[in-house]
Amino acid sequence: MNPLLSIRDLKVDFPSQNGPVRAVDGVNLDLFPGETLAIVGESGSGKSTTAHAVVNLLPGSGFVSGGSILFDGQELVGATEKDLEHIRGRQIGFVPQDPMANLNPVWSVGFQVEEAIRANGVATGKKEVRAAAIDVLRRAGLSDAEVRLKQFPHQFSGGMRQRVLIGIGLAANPKLLIADEPTSALDVTVQRTILDHLDELTRDTGTSVILITHDLGLAAERAEKLVVMYRGKVVEAGPSRDILQNPLHPYTQRLVAAAPSLASRRLSSGITKTAGGADFDLTAVAAKRETRIAGSDTIISVKNVSKTFTIRGGGFKSTPFTAVDDVSLDITRGTTKALVGESGSGKTTVARMLLGLESVSAGEILIDGKNVAGLRPKELFSLRGRMQPVFQDPFGSLDPLRNIAHTISEPLETHKVGTRAERTARVRELLDQVSLPWSISSRYPGELSGGQRQRVAIARALALKPEIVVLDEAVSALDVLVQAQILELLTELQDELSLTYLFITHDLAVVRVIADEVVVMNQGRIVESGRTSDIFDHPEQEYTKNLLDAIPGANIRLGASLS
Amino acid sequence: MANKQVSAEHFVAPFDENSVLGVDAVREESEPSNLWLDAWRDMRRRPMFYISGILILLVIFVAIFPGLFTAEPPNDNCLLVNSNGGPAPGHPLGFTRQGCDIFSRIVHGTSTSLSVGLLVIAMTTILGILIGAIAGFYGRWIDAVLSRMGDIFFAIPYILAAVVIMSVFSHYRSVIVISLAIGIFAWPSTARVLRAEVLRVKNSDFVMASTAIGVSRTRILWRHVMPNSIAPVIVITTMSLAAAIVAEATLSFLGVGLPSTFMSWGNDISQAQSDIRTNPMALIWPSLALSITVLAFIMMGEVIRDALDPKARATR
Repeated sequence: MNPLLSIRDLKVDFPSQNGPVRAVDGVNLDLFPGETLAIVGESGSGKSTTAHAVVNLLPGSGFVSGGSILFDGQELVGATEKDLEHIRGRQIGFVPQDPMANLNPVWSVGFQVEEAIRANGVATGKKEVRAAAIDVLRRAGLSDAEVRLKQFPHQFSGGMRQRVLIGIGLAANPKLLIADEPTSALDVTVQRTILDHLDELTRDTGTSVILITHDLGLAAERAEKLVVMYRGKVVEAGPSRDILQNPLHPYTQRLVAAAPSLASRRLSSGITKTAGGADFDLTAVAAKRETRIAGSDTIISVKNVSKTFTIRGGGFKSTPFTAVDDVSLDITRGTTKALVGESGSGKTTVARMLLGLESVSAGEILIDGKNVAGLRPKELFSLRGRMQPVFQDPFGSLDPLRNIAHTISEPLETHKVGTRAERTARVRELLDQVSLPWSISSRYPGELSGGQRQRVAIARALALKPEIVVLDEAVSALDVLVQAQILELLTELQDELSLTYLFITHDLAVVRVIADEVVVMNQGRIVESGRTSDIFDHPEQEYTKNLLDAIPGANIRLGASLS
Repeated sequence: MANKQVSAEHFVAPFDENSVLGVDAVREESEPSNLWLDAWRDMRRRPMFYISGILILLVIFVAIFPGLFTAEPPNDNCLLVNSNGGPAPGHPLGFTRQGCDIFSRIVHGTSTSLSVGLLVIAMTTILGILIGAIAGFYGRWIDAVLSRMGDIFFAIPYILAAVVIMSVFSHYRSVIVISLAIGIFAWPSTARVLRAEVLRVKNSDFVMASTAIGVSRTRILWRHVMPNSIAPVIVITTMSLAAAIVAEATLSFLGVGLPSTFMSWGNDISQAQSDIRTNPMALIWPSLALSITVLAFIMMGEVIRDALDPKARATR
């Protein structure tokens, strides 16, 4: 059997001031009809660039500088734009990454689907195109497709938009579908239904799929073949199960050891070591943590807290919206409490109320027995010194115009701690604690990577020696390896400084690794709470079970051929 | 899916101990950089920066030390014998109808134009920054009141307003009065631009992080929000300096600006227009001085704007 897609020695360059930069360096891969292949790697590994090169949709000034891409017997490198137009959409479908940005907000969804259908020559004539568009939406799993056609993208949820985009990608029954991180922006349960749906559609039509993802667990679960990329090169390729259970390249070993979805998987099957000798292992981090619950006292007590926002409607009307509804939880000193939920569950609002950044509509939040809402400005100021946040977006949480030393010493200056020399010494100590060199202190946030910025944010949060750190999706925006590193750092710091963490996340896999106790939230209410191991092993609520099942990699049987 | 026959062998790239880099290593070789440092580096690479910079320095120098450029007094040595005369030794640009030395008048008029420009932008910038920052940062009714106030001033063309003010205060015409007349109606554009930037920046996570540290609202506004919002204001300011110089010339030309005893390019242009057929140079020279000065400031504004706009930089 001949491969449908055969890439040989592909090289892609991007011009820069210091000569061309090679983004993809000699990639080989084969994809057979009906197969699903996943390309895995961290950001900047060249995984998306490789896929974009196939359909010649390289961003900016990138260009293919060597190699060959043979699709169904036709050479795509050097093909004319006209030939490519014929192939794009009709023979190779493409599902982009961000469903929010890839539908034009000023045109109805129907218009955009019909446009794709017409461009791909699926149907001609007004009625036929319309019928085909309805068919596409129906196949994409949207009920009442006819009504939906007239709606605009903002009336669709993220998951529905991604279904539309998958529908457009598959409209012409292409032989190959390229899906670039199709579900990275979506909640896990939505991710699962979308990917199930994609599996079903492509199985029915025998379409081959290239799935680009940063999540090794997801890749292994959805694709029979895996290609691992690192710095523009393929470091390992082969059958998914094989690679997962017996990673040979040190980079793959690292990736396997650091993937939270797999670590969570290993923890529940009682395996605490990864195959292959990775120098660092997330499961080991989790195993090292002792569960510290008994004997300590309650530091934070949230009692029947609600938060209502008013949403401005048309004219002078406004409707109340309850973001947090009667939430109660206690956090024991020195432990980690995870607050888990999908987007819109109210978890971030709880954190902001705790931090005093948002007022409480009803109920009370007690810290060491004192109500946060009733504090005088002076008391609130001193409380802020004891409780510090780390936010999700490492690109937004540092002032781009202040250098790192200034940023970290801001809390010290604000609370008038020590002399200037003492403050400098403390900054040095903090940088050391988060494993950053002192040379970084005169640099600006724009020069640091996401992980490094998040370390700086952690250092700033620790400057005043707080007791409580509120981590709002603090590792969600980071690459897997960096994420694992930060999780390890957080664990070490907790041991060292006996910190109390409130860890807010949408990622249950991470929770498994870091938290002592879990609270699951949905639509502003608490669904279930308890010890991490209890929740993971014996979830009682249907919602929690769904959430747990949706962790990518949950269907992979690990350990069968291990040990 | 798992039971499908997999047709692939397990490929591993050759590796040695050095083939995997440290996770998230720190780059230490480059120079520190942020928006301003980058912009400064960027500007110094542009010829336009040097051309406009040198012209601006020259204008400032002439304004401060006119005596170094011409020994001829602009007003006191006018002889009607020289009326509309061409260039003569010691009088390179010729004479006006009143027999005054054109070159001397231009040199001595520089400080008037520049003072008006600087006074106007000082006013618009101070008013614009205060009003824009407060409206954007504190929001609610303060914003509503200040923004509507800005809209009212914005709705009246500032040249028209200045003409009216100058006519009313015709007995008190001076550099300061004319600057006030121009500036009082010119600040809303600065305020608007700043307000929009402040609105954008104040929702950043770093502002929330500072709030959570306990930094006061006022300090957050001046230490974090303002430095991150000020870039477009600087661009606007440079360009409105040019606009203010033009406005002064316009008012003087219309006869409601500075009294004719003042050395001003606008006055000179106004007086020269009646002789445009017989002595066009008397009109052209002060116009040229005005154009070059205005051009220098506008070019500088564009250089700064390009340097500060990362998007424009990416496409270059």
